[in-house]
Amino acid sequence: MLGTTGKTRLAKWYMQFDDDEKQKLIEEVHAVVTVRDAKHTNFVEFRNFKIIYRRYAGLYFCICVDVTDNNLAYLEGIHNFVEVLNEYFHNVCELDLVFNFYKVYTVVDEMFLAGEIRETSQTKVLKQLLMLQSLE
Amino acid sequence: MSPSVPLQEMIRAIRSARTQCEERGVIQRECAAIRAQFRQADNGGRSHNLAKLLYVHMLGYPAHFGQMECVRMIASPRYSEKRVGYLGAMMLLDEKQDASLLITNSIKNDLSNSNQYIQSLALCTLACMGSAEMCRDLAPEIDRLLRASNSYIKKKAALCAVHIVRKVHDLGELFTKAARSLLTEKNHGVVHGAVVLITELCERNSETLERFRKTVPDLVQIMKGLVISGYSPDHDVAGISDPFLQVRILRLLRILGRNNEAASDAMNDLLAQVATNTDSTKTVGNAVLYETVLTVLDIKSESGLRVLAVNILGRFLLNNDRNIRYIAMTSLQKIVGTDHNAVQRHRGTIVDCLKDQDASVKRRALELSLALVSASNIRSMMKELLSFLSSCPPELRSQTASGIFNAAERYAPSQRWHIDTILHVLTTAGGDVRDETVPNLIQLITNTSELHCYTVHKLYRALLSDISQQPLVQVACWCIGEYGDLLLTGECQETEPVQVTEDYVLDVLETVLQSHMSSPSTRGFALTATMKLSTRITENVDRIRSIVSIYGSCIDVELQQRAVEYNALFKKYDHMRAAVLERMPVIEKNSQGHTNGETIKESQTVKVKPGEPQQPANQVQANAAFYTVFSIVATVTVYEKDGVTVTLSCEKQSDSGLTVTLTASNSTESDIRGFTLQAAVPKSVQLHMKAPSGDSLPARGTAKLVFTFADMSEVYETKVSPVTS
Repeated sequence: MLGTTGKTRLAKWYMQFDDDEKQKLIEEVHAVVTVRDAKHTNFVEFRNFKIIYRRYAGLYFCICVDVTDNNLAYLEGIHNFVEVLNEYFHNVCELDLVFNFYKVYTVVDEMFLAGEIRETSQTKVLKQLLMLQSLE
Repeated sequence: MSPSVPLQEMIRAIRSARTQCEERGVIQRECAAIRAQFRQADNGGRSHNLAKLLYVHMLGYPAHFGQMECVRMIASPRYSEKRVGYLGAMMLLDEKQDASLLITNSIKNDLSNSNQYIQSLALCTLACMGSAEMCRDLAPEIDRLLRASNSYIKKKAALCAVHIVRKVHDLGELFTKAARSLLTEKNHGVVHGAVVLITELCERNSETLERFRKTVPDLVQIMKGLVISGYSPDHDVAGISDPFLQVRILRLLRILGRNNEAASDAMNDLLAQVATNTDSTKTVGNAVLYETVLTVLDIKSESGLRVLAVNILGRFLLNNDRNIRYIAMTSLQKIVGTDHNAVQRHRGTIVDCLKDQDASVKRRALELSLALVSASNIRSMMKELLSFLSSCPPELRSQTASGIFNAAERYAPSQRWHIDTILHVLTTAGGDVRDETVPNLIQLITNTSELHCYTVHKLYRALLSDISQQPLVQVACWCIGEYGDLLLTGECQETEPVQVTEDYVLDVLETVLQSHMSSPSTRGFALTATMKLSTRITENVDRIRSIVSIYGSCIDVELQQRAVEYNALFKKYDHMRAAVLERMPVIEKNSQGHTNGETIKESQTVKVKPGEPQQPANQVQANAAFYTVFSIVATVTVYEKDGVTVTLSCEKQSDSGLTVTLTASNSTESDIRGFTLQAAVPKSVQLHMKAPSGDSLPARGTAKLVFTFADMSEVYETKVSPVTS
C-alpha cells in the first residue's frame, strides 16, 4: 500500500529480499505506479513480474504477481481486501490504517498467505478478526 | 491489542515532523529509548516498544536491533506479546538472518498449542518467511495439521504447505495424500487452499500430475456446484459465487488437461457451460471467462469450443474497459500462430488499439498487428503501421521499424512499393533502425535496375531536406555516387525530375562531408560517392580532385586513408579510374548477410569488373592483377596473352564455400610446360587448392588445366600469376 507521497503504509513480502533491495523495489514501484492515471490499464509490466494496482482515494494498493497469473482475479482480490478493511474499521480512511498498522497486517494475513489468496468470504474474515480482537 | 498510548503518540510525533531532518531526529530519539528498554527487559511495555520499532521499520529506517527481542517475545506465553513478536519476525527476520533459526523451536511448540489462534500465528510466520531448514524440520507437523484439525487451521496449513513445497521441492511427496482428501471438504477456504496446493505439486512434478488426473471428475463436480447452484451469500461477489475458487479450479484443470485427451474430454462440457453462463458485465465475470478461455486454448479441446473461446476474446476486444482489451490481446498473441484465421477477423479492432493512449496496450497491439500482416492485407496494414511509427513512443520505435522491414520483405507487392516503404521508415525513424538496414537497402536498390532513376531522385530530394538521419544519408550518398548521372540527365519516368547541375550535387555531398551531424561512416560514404562522381560527370572533376586532396590530411584515419588512395587514383592510376569506379553489378543476396566485396557498414572496396585489360607488362611472370571475384556463376577471362587464355569460373557450392575453377587453354603452336598457379588470399579466407589436372598445355589444345580451389567466401583477391616456361 503506497500513499501518493511515496510513504509506505504497508508492505508485505513473500519472497526473499535484502533491506536495501526492498527499499529500492518500493521506490521503483512507486515511480511506475504514480505516474499512471485513469487512462491506463491497471496492469504494469515490471522486471519479470506484473504489478496489479488500484487507486482508492490517496492510496495505491499494489500486488506484484507472476506473469502467468490472472490479472482480473487479483484485481478483484484487491477490491475484496479493501471492502473487508472498510467493514472492519467502519468507513476506513488512511489515518486509520496508519495508526492501526499492526491490525492491518492481521487482515492481510487472514486474506493472503504464502503469496496466494487464502480466504475469500468477507463474512468469515470479519468474524475471525473480531475474535482475534477480543483476545487482545 | 488496543492501540497503546505511547505508540499513538509516537506516530503522531513522527507525522507532525515537518521536514525529513526533524523526522529523523524524532525517530533516533525513539529508537534510543526503545533500545534502552529492550536491555532492561521491562515486562509491561515490551509489546508496545516492539510495535513502535516495527512502525519505524515500515517507514524505511534500520531496525535490526529488534531481532532478538522478537525471538524473546515469540517465546512468551502471552498472546499479545506473541502476536507482535511474530509480526516482527515476519518483517524483520528473513532467511539470511541467523536469528531466524532460533524461532524454529518456538514455532514447533506453537503449532501444537491448543489455542487455534496461536497455531495460526505460527503457521502464518512459517508460510511467510520459513527458510529451507525450518521447512524441513516442521513439515511433518504441517502434514499432521492438514489432516486433523478444524477448517480454520486446515486452510492455513494448506497454504503453508504450498510455501514449503516452493522452498524444498522434495517435500511435495509428503503432502500429496493429504491434499487429495482435502478436496472433499465443504469449506470453500479449505478447498481453495487444497487446489492451490495441488496446482503447485502438479507444476513441480509430472508424476504427481499423473496421479492427480484422477481428480478431474471431482473438480468438475465442484465447479458445477459453484456455477449452477444458487446464491450463496458467503462467497458471492457481484453475483458470481466464489469467483476466486472458480478461477483456481479452472487453472488446475488447465494443467491437468494439457496434452491429455481423456481429461480434456471430461472438461469439455463444463467449460462450455461456464463460458456461456457466466455473466460478463462485471470484472469478476470477465475474470472467470478469461481463465476459461485460457484453459480451452491450452487443453486438447474440440474445435467448437475453441471457436467459442476466440469469440469470447473478440468480445473482450470490443469492451470499453481498457484492462480487458489488454488481456484479450495478450491471449490472442499466444494463439495467433495456430488459429490465425480466427484472429484475422478481429484485425480491425486490433489496429484501432494502436491508437490507444496506454503504452502497454500499444505494445500488445503492435505485436499482434505485426503477426497478422499477410499478403492480402499488406497495403492497408502498412499504412496503419507507418502512421503508428510517426506517433509512437520512442521505446517502441525500433521494434516497429524492424517489424515493418520484415513484413515489407516478405509481402511486398511491388519493388517500387518496397523501396517507398523503406524510404518512408528511414525518413520518420531513421535513427532507430538496425545497422544491417543500410546494406540490405543498398542491395535492394541495386537489384531493381529499372527504378534507379526514381530512387536516386527521391533520395536526392530527401537529402536536400534533412541530413540528420544517418542511415538515410548513407544510402542517399551511395545512390548519388552510383547513379548520379541519371540525376543529371534531368529526366525521369516515374517521378518529377530535378533540374540540377553538377555543382548542386557536389554541394550536397560536400555539406554531408562537412556537417557535424554526420558520423564517420557517413562521411566515408560521402567521400566515396564524390569520388565515384568523378567518372560520371564531365565538368567539375577538378573540384572533386580538390575535395579529395583536402581530406588527405583529415584527422579521422579512415577518411584520410580513403582520400590518400583516391588521390593516388587521380595521379598515378588515372587510366584505371574509369574502370575502377564503374557501376556495381547486380549483387546476389548472400545468406550470410553480407554482399560481395562489401564489408558491412562502411568502406566500399574498389571493385573492378573482370575482363578488364591488364597492365601492360613485358614479362610474363608475375602479373599483378587484382581481381575481385563475385560469387555469381560467371566465367571470366582473366588472362589472354601470347595465345594463352585463362578463364575463371566460380560456383557457389555451399554457404561457406566457393569453388573457383581455373581453365587454361593454349592456342599457340608450341607446348607450354610448367604451368603453375599461385594464389594468395587475405587472412579472413581459407583456401584449399586441389591438385591441378596437369601442368602442361599442349599446343593448340583446348586441353584444360583445371585448378579447383574452395574458399570461405567474403572479400578475397587472388593473384593469378601463371608461370610459364
